[in-house]
Amino acid sequence: MATAPGIPQHIVIIGATSGIAEQCARLWAQQGAIHLVLVARNQQKLQSIAQDLRVRNPAVQISCQSAAFTDPLAINTLVATLVQHGCPDLVLIAHGTLPDQALCQQDLASNAEALQINGVSPVLFAEAFVPHLLSAGRGTLVVIGSVAGDRGRKSNYVYGAAKGLVTRYVQGLQHRLALAGSAVKVVLVKPGPTDTPMTAHLKQQGAKLASVEEVAASIVTGIQAGKPTVYAPAKWALIMMIIRHLPRFVFNRMDI
Amino acid sequence: MVAVSSWGRLSNEAHQVQVLADRSAAVAQVRGNSPGICYGNGRSYGDVCLNPGGHLWQTRSLNRFISFNEQTGRLRCESGVLLRDIQRTFMPRGWMLPVTPGTQLITVGGAIANDIHGKNHHKSGSFGDHVHALHLLRTDGTVLDCNRAGDRADMLRASIGGMGLTGVILDAELQLRAVNNPWLTTDTLPYHSLDEFFNLAEQSEQDWEHTVSWIDCLSGSQARGIFLRANHADAAPAGAKEPGRKQLNMPFTPPLSLVNGLSLRPFNELYYRLQARKAGAGFAHFEPFSYPLDALHNWNRMYGPRGFYQFQCVVPTADAKPAIAALLDSIRKAGAGSFLAVLKTFGDRPAPGLLSFAMPGATLALDFPNNGAKTLALLDTLDSIVRECGGRLYAAKDARMPAALFAAGYPDLPDFINFRDPGISSAMSRRLLGS
Repeated sequence: MATAPGIPQHIVIIGATSGIAEQCARLWAQQGAIHLVLVARNQQKLQSIAQDLRVRNPAVQISCQSAAFTDPLAINTLVATLVQHGCPDLVLIAHGTLPDQALCQQDLASNAEALQINGVSPVLFAEAFVPHLLSAGRGTLVVIGSVAGDRGRKSNYVYGAAKGLVTRYVQGLQHRLALAGSAVKVVLVKPGPTDTPMTAHLKQQGAKLASVEEVAASIVTGIQAGKPTVYAPAKWALIMMIIRHLPRFVFNRMDI
Repeated sequence: MVAVSSWGRLSNEAHQVQVLADRSAAVAQVRGNSPGICYGNGRSYGDVCLNPGGHLWQTRSLNRFISFNEQTGRLRCESGVLLRDIQRTFMPRGWMLPVTPGTQLITVGGAIANDIHGKNHHKSGSFGDHVHALHLLRTDGTVLDCNRAGDRADMLRASIGGMGLTGVILDAELQLRAVNNPWLTTDTLPYHSLDEFFNLAEQSEQDWEHTVSWIDCLSGSQARGIFLRANHADAAPAGAKEPGRKQLNMPFTPPLSLVNGLSLRPFNELYYRLQARKAGAGFAHFEPFSYPLDALHNWNRMYGPRGFYQFQCVVPTADAKPAIAALLDSIRKAGAGSFLAVLKTFGDRPAPGLLSFAMPGATLALDFPNNGAKTLALLDTLDSIVRECGGRLYAAKDARMPAALFAAGYPDLPDFINFRDPGISSAMSRRLLGS
């Protein structure tokens, strides 16, 4: 399959069983990626995703890899093996969970776990890839944050705090790479509430969710367009600008 | 609890939704949350996919391909895969689904459970004719391997057209058909009477794969309409350009149905004249030809906040002409109906499922904006014509037929009952089967 210039060919996806990552992988496979490396915890689910991608494009090579997501040493070793045969064109860091806010307020262990997996872990993965990308002098690092990281809200501020950590990290990394004059790009993706298995219980509460296909399409085109921050779908850029700027006396009266 | 509607938007009741996203995890989800019913992409018009106040197993996230044989065209995929995903993935590789309905925005599981048909019934039968195997998850936690050739052939036959009542279809094996390109050669023929329609249908069966007609639902038994027939093109026609995939959207629900006594007559007049001008040979890409309404997102909102009923019946060949004439006269007298009314004939072939809808005869399908008792009275009149000639209504479209009409139209119903899963129940099954 012919590939257009600028289309990533060697792609590593961390958290490949996440709904958004799976849809992105489908789009990249269709566009003519050559090698996809899928990293996830649940190997059974990962195998069925890999099988699906192989049917969609038999020409693409798919490798599966299991991983521990919170151990810094293990992350470092894993990333070193992932870049052994050359630095990828694109790394997508997509893993996460949507914690139960009420539970996080009552149970510090759940709280710590939520902060670890959604905030610390993606940062450690990103940091582990950066030196390899820098020495290759090319490639794109994409980290999935969330609109929840833009302003803390009553209903999910533990998750929001973790994603806010990711936001500040990416901001700083972008600054560092810009000053170093590196061609390596770092992209922060902020999906709005998306219809994935992770948000099934939100749907139970009647939340309006964007389709995961739509969100993945905005992510893939946003990355291709070279944007440093991609809101997906794009309307969330405007919504979050308003939410961020609402004065506190207004914001604190809103039940959101 | 989530408020869920089907395509007709006649109700919006709360359901306990379980998202099935993974075949192995689905076993525990379904066993622990029954009775319930599967909900795919929500394109059924009535209550076949609803279970107000109870569990709803949403299958859209079970949307992975499992295997494909490029030599034989045999595809195995999960049941939440959309037909559009299959068409767009395999068309460039020379394969497509042999049977699709007027929309490709439905799931494989829904296509099987309603045994959908298309414009090529006389050549290719219904969807179930191309289903070779499926994995059926029963609510007791067992997964049955149902195969055409194997022991579970009877369970497969019950599940085809089985309204989701035999179990949760986890995945299925489908036979695709080889195709050279996405193009069709078409022929458009205006007709001015039912005699003319039936003659055209008969003449076209032999040489044309796809036949369908739009009918002016206000023209009564002096029917006028547009007959369309098409074949797959051997080569892409010169100057053919792939259609864009831009979608229009109906962004909100208007306070009143846009389809009403004032709009219907001028629209039908205009549509007839525009289409009649296209009379003769042409070519079309299969997507706009086969799924014209897929380009208008949320078109069902057009009928306003009260929603709409779709009526689709099939009447047996022997009485087809007088029965269709009587149906059209009743509709004209009521001044009801919709822009999109479809009349076509089915081929003379045995059905693959116990409760398959398609049978030899003529089928009429059209929408009626929900005007309460007035609409229900008209539908009762149409029922009596269908019952009298030994016809049947299509469950995928139905929200109100009486149980007696269902039983009369589907003689294999007593046999089907033996295959039901006791942990599955829908608004429709309670209405038509009593549980």
